[in-house]
Amino acid sequence: MSTSSGSPESWIASFCSLLGHEYFAEVSEDFIEDDFNLTGLQTQVPMYKEALEMILDVEPEEDDEDEEDEEEEEEDVSGDARDTRPHAGERRHHSRIASDLSVIESSAEMLYGLIHQRFICSRAGIQQMSEKYESNHFGVCPRTNCNQTRTLPVGLSDIPGEDTVKLFCPSCLDVYVPPNSRFQTVDGAFFGRTFGALFLLTFPEYDLTRSGNDTVTSLTRSQNSDSDMLNGVFKKNIAPGLGPNKIYEPKIYGFKVSEIARSGPRMQWLRNKPQDINVLDEARQFAEEHGETDDDDESMNLNGRAPARRRPAGNARLRQQQRQNQNGSPMAIEANGAESEL
Amino acid sequence: MDDFGSESDSDYASYWRDWFISSRGNEYFCEIDEDYLTDRFNLTGLNTEVQYYQHALDLVTDVFDLDCDDDMREMIEKSARHLYGLVHARYIVTTRGLAKMLEKYKKSDFGKCPRVMCHSHPLLPMGTSDLPNMKAVKLYCARCEDIYNPKSSRHAGIDGAYFGTSFHNIIFQVYPALIPTKSTERYIPRVYGFKVHAAAALIRWQNTQRDDMRRRLRKMEVETGFKDGEDDIEEDDDNDIEEDEEIVGAVELNVATAGVLVPAVERGGVA
Ligand SMILES: [Zn+2]
Ligand SMILES: [Zn+2]
Repeated sequence: MSTSSGSPESWIASFCSLLGHEYFAEVSEDFIEDDFNLTGLQTQVPMYKEALEMILDVEPEEDDEDEEDEEEEEEDVSGDARDTRPHAGERRHHSRIASDLSVIESSAEMLYGLIHQRFICSRAGIQQMSEKYESNHFGVCPRTNCNQTRTLPVGLSDIPGEDTVKLFCPSCLDVYVPPNSRFQTVDGAFFGRTFGALFLLTFPEYDLTRSGNDTVTSLTRSQNSDSDMLNGVFKKNIAPGLGPNKIYEPKIYGFKVSEIARSGPRMQWLRNKPQDINVLDEARQFAEEHGETDDDDESMNLNGRAPARRRPAGNARLRQQQRQNQNGSPMAIEANGAESEL
Repeated sequence: MDDFGSESDSDYASYWRDWFISSRGNEYFCEIDEDYLTDRFNLTGLNTEVQYYQHALDLVTDVFDLDCDDDMREMIEKSARHLYGLVHARYIVTTRGLAKMLEKYKKSDFGKCPRVMCHSHPLLPMGTSDLPNMKAVKLYCARCEDIYNPKSSRHAGIDGAYFGTSFHNIIFQVYPALIPTKSTERYIPRVYGFKVHAAAALIRWQNTQRDDMRRRLRKMEVETGFKDGEDDIEEDDDNDIEEDEEIVGAVELNVATAGVLVPAVERGGVA
């Protein structure tokens, strides 16, 4: 079926090598050939079948023999060229007219993008993206206090046509416009809303304090691993670009501009982080405030401070209460393997 | 965009400042008035800071007539650029200088904020030090009140002291109408529609900081400067029609389901 013999490069490889497509991973044919992964896409893309065949470099068998006849047969089929019956494929193909080709080409790009959104959230895809991350394919955060942290391509919407690709910085938890205008035509939905955060959950050990100029390093958990972790992540990796000495302080001739001034600072909260990161352990705080003790006996610790827990204690009903009391406390969903994967 | 007239070169020595501000890479500089440059009072202290001070000043003011070799000429040229930068830092906090920089700001000559939620708000050049040869120029966004690295390498090497640490703050004191409205709009990391607990906990904490600030300001009867409708202290900042459920910790990817776990109802990625 798949014949790439005619062209030196597959459609996927050439798509990914286009200028502006540097952020894309090469979706594996295995992933595309599994219909399950394409669920729901048929209705989102015009000329779906042709587009899919283009992506996979599949040509109907007869084409090899009848290539020269293609032009003459046009009239025969123009009527049902857009027929979507699955078995109509061969004939339709055969008689693609030029205008159809450009429709199919743009459909193929759209389809590839939508498959890509799903692929990079699969095991194989996210792995490939991690290699691109390590090789610095996604650039670094433009914010001065983020010290050139590597960013991740994300969409602000999962629906194509709404917005272009953005870069998510794990150091300041903010999103930026890519520096080069060639990315301003790349659809954000082709990366989607989930990938950025999922990447960090999948690879929690990447040391986010490292600059993009350095090679990627991994954090490891020490013996007393609970003291390294908070809310399911390494404490060190919680927005390392934010906090007291990472906030811009406006000054005039060396004097701080006061908050009371009309032009005084109003946005410092956006770049702030508690000095003592344990303040963010809402579950522990809730337990302390309400004298709640956990089933397991790790709630006391030698330095007089309850240990940081990786997930909130208590049952759903309690958490519900807690949320009401505290204006939004965690109601945690545990994903598979949360305990074992770190 | 500026025009980078390629024919302009140091041949046009009679219009040194014209040449300087229109050279590629010098887009952040405005033209210093001749009057300002020729008033020695404005140059106080710079003679010890700049090599070949007098020749450099002559070059900048188009009265240079020294007969010298190319190497010497090159050294003086370099000193002239340094001198221009140091005077520039002083000039742009004068009434005339502020007005000129304001014009450039309105044209977004200094670029636009890369932060998505700032919606291309124009930037201002600034230094993080007033002493030369310490730190390269940075760009200040008055909307998010943060500083960014210039995206082009031709700007990344400019000395921040040529703009100084005060100019970008003074301009908003002199022209308070320019202060942009602040916004609480922000990015919230999500996985399949669910907030990530670690980030959400930090965001909640930041929101309480913001609300505390607003209360303080209100008590002192100072304008908070936030967008209409955003000015109220929202009791449920976590908003959302949606569930507040959050994902904690690492996830084990399930190849079979990862592809189709797209939430049925889409809301904007921004909350
Ligand atoms: Zn950042
Ligand atoms: Zn900004």
